[in-house]
Amino acid sequence: MDVLTPDDYSAGLHFLGLPLLAWIPLLPLLGALINLTLGRKLSRTTVHVIAVAAVAAAAGIAFYVVFGPMFDLYKHDYGGVGISQSPFVWIKIGGFTAEMRFRLDTLSAVMILIVTFIGTLIHIYSTGYMAHDPRFAAFFGYLNLFTGAMLILVLGANLPVMFIGWEGVGLCSFLLIGFWFENEDFATAGRKAFVVNRIGDFCFLLGMFLLYWATKDLAGSKDASLDFFLLKSAPAQQTYMQSFWGGERLAAAAGIFLFIGACGKSAQLPLYVWLPDAMAGPTPVSALIHAATMVTAGVYMVCRMSFLFATSTTALIVVSTVGLLTAMVAAFMALAQQDLKKVLAYSTVSQLGFMFVAAGTGNWTAAIFHLGTHAFFKACLFLGAGSVMHGMEHGGSHTPGDIMTMGGLRKHMPITRVTFMISCLAIAGIFPFSGFFSKDEILGGAFHIHPPGWPVWYGKILWGGLLVAALGTAFYMWRLYFLVFGGEERSEPAKKAHESPLSMTLPLVVLATFATIIGFIGFPHFKSFETPAPMHALASWLEPSVAHEWYEGAGKPAEPIGEASLAEVKACDNRNAKDVCALPGGEGEGVCDVAEPGAKPACSEPGDTGLIGLLILALGIGGLGIGLAWSMYGAGRGGPSRTVQELTEGPLHDVYEASKHKLWVDEIYDAVFVKPFRALARGLFEIVDRFVIDTVAVTGVAFVIGLFGRMSRWFQNGQVQRYLVGLVVGAAAVFLVTDCHTKPTFSYERQPGGTIHLHAQVAGLMRATSVVKWDLDDDGQPDPGVTGIDLVKRADEVAGEVTMWIDDPVDGKTDKVTRTIDLSEDN
Amino acid sequence: MTDIVFHVGYGHFLVLAAVLFLIGMAGVLVRRNALIILMSVELMLNAANMTLIAFSRMWGDLSAHTFALIVIAVAAAEAAVGLAIVVAVFRGRRNVEVDHLTTLRH
Repeated sequence: MDVLTPDDYSAGLHFLGLPLLAWIPLLPLLGALINLTLGRKLSRTTVHVIAVAAVAAAAGIAFYVVFGPMFDLYKHDYGGVGISQSPFVWIKIGGFTAEMRFRLDTLSAVMILIVTFIGTLIHIYSTGYMAHDPRFAAFFGYLNLFTGAMLILVLGANLPVMFIGWEGVGLCSFLLIGFWFENEDFATAGRKAFVVNRIGDFCFLLGMFLLYWATKDLAGSKDASLDFFLLKSAPAQQTYMQSFWGGERLAAAAGIFLFIGACGKSAQLPLYVWLPDAMAGPTPVSALIHAATMVTAGVYMVCRMSFLFATSTTALIVVSTVGLLTAMVAAFMALAQQDLKKVLAYSTVSQLGFMFVAAGTGNWTAAIFHLGTHAFFKACLFLGAGSVMHGMEHGGSHTPGDIMTMGGLRKHMPITRVTFMISCLAIAGIFPFSGFFSKDEILGGAFHIHPPGWPVWYGKILWGGLLVAALGTAFYMWRLYFLVFGGEERSEPAKKAHESPLSMTLPLVVLATFATIIGFIGFPHFKSFETPAPMHALASWLEPSVAHEWYEGAGKPAEPIGEASLAEVKACDNRNAKDVCALPGGEGEGVCDVAEPGAKPACSEPGDTGLIGLLILALGIGGLGIGLAWSMYGAGRGGPSRTVQELTEGPLHDVYEASKHKLWVDEIYDAVFVKPFRALARGLFEIVDRFVIDTVAVTGVAFVIGLFGRMSRWFQNGQVQRYLVGLVVGAAAVFLVTDCHTKPTFSYERQPGGTIHLHAQVAGLMRATSVVKWDLDDDGQPDPGVTGIDLVKRADEVAGEVTMWIDDPVDGKTDKVTRTIDLSEDN
Repeated sequence: MTDIVFHVGYGHFLVLAAVLFLIGMAGVLVRRNALIILMSVELMLNAANMTLIAFSRMWGDLSAHTFALIVIAVAAAEAAVGLAIVVAVFRGRRNVEVDHLTTLRH
């Protein structure tokens, strides 16, 4: 049987005349359209069915396409090409063409599975959670719209299409965070998210323009398209290496711009501030957008552009450093938060920092791996939090998120408790839960991978910092767990809390199951396919879609591939093969495994013992965090122990306050950015709006027009006499203007036969009684007998000055004109 | 200077006509009483007549007299009709101020 190629699939996969890939985002968008336009007329059940069905159908298509055709293509080494379908050409301007093209490769396949699957579960959960909200139709419309936008983002085959989704999720984020906009704080949180995201989006655009500028001449006969394939091609790689600013490669500038965009979307320093505030939205939104999907868009984008980032070590250092700082700072801030969702929010920020460290060390598969596992356990945590708050609210609490009033909920909410615990174990990195695999892959990658020009110790710093952040993670997550579920109830509502309905607990169970087992796709021995190098399933699946070599300077050879490096590769090979325990898969897969020449195996000979040591260390760190949390918050009757009180009031008081007040970042931003901007806006408002526009432009124009109106009203008063005045004044003006006081003169003309013809030109009319007299002999007196308007004389008679008089006997006026007649030339 | 006073030329007639015309025009433009306006119109018509006659004399062309006679005839007719209207209006309203006669304005 012939092997089907990507082209066959791209041409073949259609449904109702539209490419199958287009249906995946289209279905949720249709659901959104229906719910947002007709939703208010429909019943609650209908809205639920439409919303859930739209996403579930998209999930069905996604599963079919990924596990059917895509899997087939992958097996035949077409994983990086994938299926590419374009319903129509979107933009065609000059030498630029952007098709509305969707592409499914192994990377976007992972993303659409996560988005549609978790999205479906969260839609189901929302039917329970939002059961009493009056604006349910709008809510489900927004959720669907969000899912659709996210799917466009991950399926987009070029940067402009990706940008549609990028902006779409930002918009939905704003709409959903401010969903309960009657509360001014919530509406502000929505605006904050939008504004902060705009900063990132602007830089994303700059990066996009830069890439267009760099690659616009590369497409040959075709138009520039910003298609990822074009951007990934070898000639494009050459342009990224050209030096840009200050000796840096163009890739550094473009990469950093794109990364700032990712910072906005994925809540990294310094643009993370919107995410904790985003907890103002309904909890399913927090789960869907601010944990599982939207915030991962930045990580996905960096991995999608891995070929670009791999070209510039500077960009990678920026990405990993920002990721590390974010991971640590957010973990620190989470330590003392008292709100259930705030802890989870900072935890999300921190975990996203982990992913960016992975991306920044070129450990793309680890970033996506952690993205996937995190999506499951964080969605489960958020939905669990929603369930807890739901229960607390039903118990009569007015501050359902305050963990200090909880405690002992394990007795009342058994399902929520178990799923929450599993997720906490996963995020703390305890074997065999999913977080263990993905986090260790990141840690191992940070420890071992060294991009060219990257100081060896820097990876160790990243690794050390991440370990500290991981310790913090384990501690604050289990602090949360013990405060919520452990010990005795600390308030009345907590005693009355009850378990949530099935529509809410079912997604919890499914998510918790996946949070438990999903890590095993990162198990190195899960080798289902024959690949050139030993990798775990996810890594080998993703390998065709991400960059897997460092791009050294143009013309400069990469580090020599000698016997030693080959041996190294083999060593990795053997080590992976014989190591029974789950390796921190990140110890260089993606780099270490690459056997092509030109690649730089940067695996720094981690021995088996070293690896296992790292592994045990990470596990121990997780256990230590949990133990600390237990001793401080879980022991005895639960709640903050005496030690906590002593520490927070004593030696650690300042640290505690710093964490509780989130390092005063919001206050600093307020003083540095918000207040000056407000002052500037205020000033501009007073000067530009109030004075220039309101006073000069609006009032001024009205005043001038009014003035003319008052003036013309005097004429246009309906009285004929007034109009007559106009007539008279006009007539007088006409007389003045056409005043024809031309002076009388005379002309002369040489005629054949040597005579001169003199002609008097009288101004206006001449009276019949007027007499024209001439003085031809230049004696100053009229010559007797020489009169008349026309005279014909011999030339010699008139030479010299000629004077003409016009005598008017009626009013006794005489006009006198003197001219010199020059016979040398005609006039 | 004395020349102007003792040597009466065409200019004197024309200036007198212009003055009469302006007085009449001012009356038409400024006064509101229909009767006065009619009188002012008569003044203007006669100023025009005077101009015609002066120019006629100046050019030695008597044809202008025909215009003047026609104008006098028309002015008489106009005065008859106009005065009749004024009287009729006055009977109806006891008032012939033109700015009060606004019934047809809109």
